[in-house]
Amino acid sequence: MTTRFAAGDRVRARPADPDGHTRLPRYVRGHVGEVLEVRATWALPDEAVRGVSRPEPVYTVRFGAAELWGSGLHSVILDLWESYLEKA
Amino acid sequence: MSGGHAELPVAARVRALEERVIAAGLTTDAELEEILAGVYASASPVNGARMIARAWADPAYRDRLLADGNAAAAELGFAAGVRGYLLKVVENTPRVHNVIVCTLCSCYPTSLLGPSPTWYKSFAYRSRVVREPRAVLAEFGLELPEDTEIRVWDANSETRYLVLPLPPPSADGLDSDALAALVSRNGLIGTAAR
Repeated sequence: MTTRFAAGDRVRARPADPDGHTRLPRYVRGHVGEVLEVRATWALPDEAVRGVSRPEPVYTVRFGAAELWGSGLHSVILDLWESYLEKA
Repeated sequence: MSGGHAELPVAARVRALEERVIAAGLTTDAELEEILAGVYASASPVNGARMIARAWADPAYRDRLLADGNAAAAELGFAAGVRGYLLKVVENTPRVHNVIVCTLCSCYPTSLLGPSPTWYKSFAYRSRVVREPRAVLAEFGLELPEDTEIRVWDANSETRYLVLPLPPPSADGLDSDALAALVSRNGLIGTAAR
């Protein structure tokens, strides 16, 4: 499966607010992070709950505390499906 | 599972969900019982502690643990317990401290840590540890040096995280049982030094 992003890329979590199930947490939406690695290829949860199988690349992305909260020195790292991301 | 829990409103919702799933032919009461019995019979932080103790004593195992947590767990007999997810082990160093959360719900590697503690499932932990980890860890009694980098791992996908704590200063000469006894469940989550 081709990947749109690679380790080192800066990506933005889409500022979406879907009606149904998603695993894109609110606190990262609209924020810019750095791709650490391609984690795996998994079915997009937003579609899986509707019975649609849509496997896509999942990226481990690091966000700085200052970016997320305006202050702080720590990082928050989580996995984001390719559909959740856009190039920053 | 316990008399106290069965009276809670959420228990009624769980039973309703079970009945719907069973009625749809997706599983059976017996299968659910078997799964739960297997999980709760074997799920324990003793399992995670064994993996940590082995990593402390054996640098090659440590490397394998960090490269492929599922395979490393299987080496010690935990293959069945980690089958449903991707196990990622994150290593503490003198410069870096890792802590785990699931902000969306309360996922974590139950088979290696035992049933999750109430605080891990609380809104307070899930909302605060991503925002102010240093303060939250201090409330657990873990005061980290100012220059320690904190990494908070949010288990929002199929990945489940386990922290590899720093070995104690006196690790040399201890056998694997003694080393494992030094590892707590909170150390594996990251709310304790080890």
